Amino acid sequence: MTTDTHHTPPISLFLKVWGLLFVLSFFSYLVEYVGMQGFWRWTLVLFFMVLKAWVILRVFMHVKWERVSLQLLLGLPTLVIFVLVTIAAIEGNYIEGLRLQFFSQ
Amino acid sequence: MTVKTDKSEVQSTWDGVVADWSADKETFAMPWGKLMMWIFLLGDTFIFGVFLIGYMAARMAAVEPWPDTEAIFTMTMFGHEFPLLLIAIMTFILITSSGTMAMAVNYGYRGDKRKAVMFMGLTALFGATFLGMQVFEWYQLIVHYDIRPWGNPHGASQFGAVFFMITGFHGMHVLGGVILLIVMARRVHRGLYDKKGYAVVEITGLYWHFVDLVWVFIFAFFYLL
Repeated sequence: MTTDTHHTPPISLFLKVWGLLFVLSFFSYLVEYVGMQGFWRWTLVLFFMVLKAWVILRVFMHVKWERVSLQLLLGLPTLVIFVLVTIAAIEGNYIEGLRLQFFSQ
Repeated sequence: MTVKTDKSEVQSTWDGVVADWSADKETFAMPWGKLMMWIFLLGDTFIFGVFLIGYMAARMAAVEPWPDTEAIFTMTMFGHEFPLLLIAIMTFILITSSGTMAMAVNYGYRGDKRKAVMFMGLTALFGATFLGMQVFEWYQLIVHYDIRPWGNPHGASQFGAVFFMITGFHGMHVLGGVILLIVMARRVHRGLYDKKGYAVVEITGLYWHFVDLVWVFIFAFFYLL
């Protein structure tokens, strides 16, 4: 039953990834610490976030060694979230406009 | 052209997908519990996704300025102010626990029961530490900064509602993970999986890594941005 999903990558790989996650978290904290604002803050924070999530998913959760069928099962539905992000962003903007129009002095 | 159904013969990626779905047997060749854990986590992804999107919509629609998290979560140590120090430490603790969990899974598959149990216990310990710090953080927010789910003196009233709901829901996941880890470590220790194999360690690990994964997003969206 456990035949072809059964992988034992070397422990050193996990230690390296662990170190990488530490460094990435440290960098995103550094963005806060030096007080970066605006475009670069958003870009860097989101960049480090996606990279961390990617590494956790691929290596720690072993998705890298899974069959493509499972990767698609996990990846395709998750992409649909961005549809909701778009819809909610439009809605949020619209509500803010209404509030500014009707509830401000 | 013959249809290849033996997975070891398949070369191209898409051939593999087609073979998995069309072969006259189970599509996902993995322990049943592992597949179910993946499906559960996919559902959980949507729950957290919807929460975070709701947070985005509430924050975009807020007319008052959003509370400055930098000011609220600043800690003073050795006479120097560190923004988000507690949160940063919590992040490092959770990442470390993810690392020890990965080690437990690895040792489990190597058949080293003692080390697998040890690392699972260590992971549970880090998880409990994280929870303790989160309780302290909530205490500070409620008592010292006067933040409530329905309003706060620092800006938009929606902040408290989304903050307590999302970090609280994540905290519940951590708590569930700690309990799951302790139960599973005990069961592995008692030798219940000696014959079945240690896939159960990986299944528990998947859940734990997911909790860490969600924290990556919460850390970025709630505290840094």
